Amino acid sequence: MKLGLVVDLDVCVGCHACAVSCKQWNTSGTSGPLTDYAPYDEDPSGVWFNRVRHYEVGDFPNSKTVNMPMSCMHCEQADCVDVCPTGASYKRKEDGIVLIDQDKCMGCNYCSWACPYGARELDRDTGTMKKCTLCVDRIYDENLEEVDRQPSCVITCPAHARHFGDFDDPDSNVSTLVRERGGHQLMPELGYSPTNHYLPPRVVKPQQTAEKPKKSLMNSVKDWVNQSVAR
Amino acid sequence: MHPAFSVIAFTVCSGAGFGLYMLLVMAHVFGFVSLERSTILAGTMLAVFLISAGLIASTTHLANPKNAWRAFFRFRTSWLSREGVFAVLFYPFALLYLLGVYLSDTGSIGFFTKLMGLFGVMLSFATLFSQGMIYACLKTIKQWNTPLTPTNYILLAFATGALLLNLVLALYGHASLGMMGGITLGLIFIATVAKGIYYFWIRTPSASSINTATGFARGKVRLLDVGHTAGTFLTEEFGYKTPQGRINLFKVLVFVCGFFVPFLLTTFMVVGAEAAVFSALLAFLVAMVGISLERWLFFAEANHVVNLYHGMQRT
Repeated sequence: MKLGLVVDLDVCVGCHACAVSCKQWNTSGTSGPLTDYAPYDEDPSGVWFNRVRHYEVGDFPNSKTVNMPMSCMHCEQADCVDVCPTGASYKRKEDGIVLIDQDKCMGCNYCSWACPYGARELDRDTGTMKKCTLCVDRIYDENLEEVDRQPSCVITCPAHARHFGDFDDPDSNVSTLVRERGGHQLMPELGYSPTNHYLPPRVVKPQQTAEKPKKSLMNSVKDWVNQSVAR
Repeated sequence: MHPAFSVIAFTVCSGAGFGLYMLLVMAHVFGFVSLERSTILAGTMLAVFLISAGLIASTTHLANPKNAWRAFFRFRTSWLSREGVFAVLFYPFALLYLLGVYLSDTGSIGFFTKLMGLFGVMLSFATLFSQGMIYACLKTIKQWNTPLTPTNYILLAFATGALLLNLVLALYGHASLGMMGGITLGLIFIATVAKGIYYFWIRTPSASSINTATGFARGKVRLLDVGHTAGTFLTEEFGYKTPQGRINLFKVLVFVCGFFVPFLLTTFMVVGAEAAVFSALLAFLVAMVGISLERWLFFAEANHVVNLYHGMQRT
């Protein structure tokens, strides 16, 4: 098995619900707590497994806002695991999930240097590195109903932009989506072969945007007078 | 990258220590400099002291040092683990060599002690190489991911070690540096050239850009919002920025303090044919300032690809 996520950038609305639900689930999960530093202060900061960033792609008027949630990509070639000197970081053979043994980590930050996706964050409070577990404490929990055995972020997403499944199975939901929608990996040139894929926005005709009306000569003069008087 | 003081202190101190040890033992065993027992003992102890101080400094950057002992167990894949193993293995051989010299009356040692000393040299070299490979193996940081990184670590360790050995020779009343004068000049020269090549090389752009990072290769990509209101681990660790003017000034200082002044002072000692304590001390101290700046720049100029997600167009 090669478990991972597909994020549909066409429908992601950038609401950060996945990031919040991830934080809520995992802070009491196997890698918890996800410590917050000064949460009620001016500069609230803390550990998150999932962060959403927002980009503008293309130039106006042919531009589009793209919201990009990012968590651990559970790479096939996971350098973060190779560089770990203590053996705290490991990649599971059975499903490809990359995890950190909190009891072995010495907090040297080296794995976070090796990760191109910013998936690993040091918890200054516990002194250990923390990262997305693909909700390993949830997806195999037989006490949950089958429909709930998915990562917290996937279940929470109100736009259904996130999908979870097995990339080794060519007929799984995720493999089909990647094949049909032309899903891509991030920074493939580095050779990490990330498992998570992103579906590009569908190509649509650019919406007509209203042109700004040209000002009349009289209005230009009025504007100029007003500015001069105000000064 | 955020330049951590502990890592700079560790690499500079242990580099000088390993360099001193390697040159001292080779000079002694192969006999290209005549050394007395007291000089060898003092030099080796100084080297071991510097290496130990560096190793202790390196553990202070760990967030959870109680697990540091586990760092020796991933020798098969991790250069950091390899460095730790080689550095610790160095000690028994260095101490056996030290013991052999201590037990000898005149500093002339037997085959076994020589062998122990040379094993220590090999392990010193392996440690320095691993130290460079810790950085050079990271594909995420283009400025480090080059064979020039371990090359520079090794060459700078030799250069600073040679300056330190000259100081030891001067302190122990050697009339002239002998062969060490020429060796020091040669080592500083090679280190200067290698560092110069490195500074030119890191100016070339890398393959990764904000387009490959987001997967949108056909248009311009701009960051609208990073999604967090205060700093995060990622911005603290990787978002370190320093003005280009300061970087250029420090680069000039690296070449002046790290290479040019020590080269000049060593030349005075060679030409004047006397090992002056003042010149040797000044040369070493000025070089340490220059090499510490070099190490600071090594971190400050490193641009991690995660910065692309925070709005940088290229690394």
